[in-house]
Amino acid sequence: MKSPRPAPPFRPVPPSCHAPRFRLALSAVALLLCAACSNIQPWVKPYERDRLADPIMAWERDAISAEYMDHVREVREGSRGGTGAAGGGCGCN
Amino acid sequence: MQRTASRIAVVAALLLVRATSADVLPDDRADLFYSKYSGGGMDITGESALVRKKFTENFALEGSYFVDKVSGASIDVLSQASQIKDERKQKSGTAEFVHDKTTYSLSYINSVERDYKSNTTSFSLKQDMFGDLTTLTLGYSHTDDTVGENDGTAFVPIIVWLGHAQSISYDVGLSQIVTKNWIAGLNVNVITDNGYLANPYRSYRYLDSSNAKGYSLASQIYPDTRTSTAVQAEVKYYLPYRAAITGSYRYFTDTWGLVGNTYELDYTHPISNIWILEGRVRFYKQNSADFYSDLYNYAGEYNFMARDQDLAAGENTTMGVKATYAFLPDGWKMFKRATATFDISRIEYKYLDFRNIKYYGVSSNPSYPPGTEPLYSFNATVYQIYMSMFF
Repeated sequence: MKSPRPAPPFRPVPPSCHAPRFRLALSAVALLLCAACSNIQPWVKPYERDRLADPIMAWERDAISAEYMDHVREVREGSRGGTGAAGGGCGCN
Repeated sequence: MQRTASRIAVVAALLLVRATSADVLPDDRADLFYSKYSGGGMDITGESALVRKKFTENFALEGSYFVDKVSGASIDVLSQASQIKDERKQKSGTAEFVHDKTTYSLSYINSVERDYKSNTTSFSLKQDMFGDLTTLTLGYSHTDDTVGENDGTAFVPIIVWLGHAQSISYDVGLSQIVTKNWIAGLNVNVITDNGYLANPYRSYRYLDSSNAKGYSLASQIYPDTRTSTAVQAEVKYYLPYRAAITGSYRYFTDTWGLVGNTYELDYTHPISNIWILEGRVRFYKQNSADFYSDLYNYAGEYNFMARDQDLAAGENTTMGVKATYAFLPDGWKMFKRATATFDISRIEYKYLDFRNIKYYGVSSNPSYPPGTEPLYSFNATVYQIYMSMFF
């Protein structure tokens, strides 16, 4: 009786066979990303930003005051962070 | 006046156009600052000076010095100790460097109290991108604290150093121009601590029938690690007339079981180019830490025990107004312009599981069985007065 033919040993595809396809896919993704980035045009043109440049639109006009208020809050509340540096110190009293 | 305002806006817009080619550093300035906090048995006055100077178009240095003077003490400290007089001195220095659309910043802060020393080193990077519609900020800071306790008196201190605490903070911030009237921001901050994290001046409370009050106090026991995450989202909108409104929300959570929510609304209204008026409302609420209790059943009931009011469930509401007056519009000597600001905030603190044990069961006040005392609440007023000179 003819013995069953042994299954061919598993031969992993050498990396060199994958590499061109992988590189191609990677290049395509990179190209797409670059294309996406290059297509981002500022939808608010620089000359349309006069209102945003008004001092009243600054996130924080006075850093020294913001830092002080953060410190006042952090020593009396359990929460901290998310608003910028609050300086050091214990606030133990 | 309206015409002048338009001119200033056009100049500002032109500056912004210029800024699209490369990032620019803020104006040189010098600030003198005075603050006073009064409430909950404490009076704290603060004095500060800040100077910021550009040495080239892309390099600036900033230095500040702050002194806090504390008298009195909060309710949970008063429950076990006498009044406190203390002083905190904080020095900080920052170097900023701009290259193209990137700003690099390196800071050092040193804070010293009689019984507490803190040193923080920070590095941050700010990058403008996508036609300057988006600004990304990445920050890292490392803090090393040395924690002590004054076992003497306010006038004859005997400091016992208890240990060290280290803290590492990671920040990611995104600011986005959404429309020509609207900007939005998102900040994420993760802080990890380890070491001696307890407050040595506060105690936990446990039932004790051998004490006439029915309870006794003992030193708090905190975990020696903590990791917290804060996420804040904010939007700022330029109204159809010259005024701005800002809304922000912050979510906070940590490995001690604390969850905090902060809501804030600000309204900014300039009057000609001389005054800027601002009003704000802030609401904050938190639950208690997992290991917090106002009253434990017995000493050593759990591995970790705390009765620090910062870790109790509570809420507070802040109402504040701020007025900024611009003067020297034509400059004076080396100064181009100047502003003076007055800011006052009223904060109402209410605790949901922290009881007032200081004023009950003594002298003429009624006595309550432990754990049934009225909940604690107090009001605080914060004043800030400062002058800023731009040069």
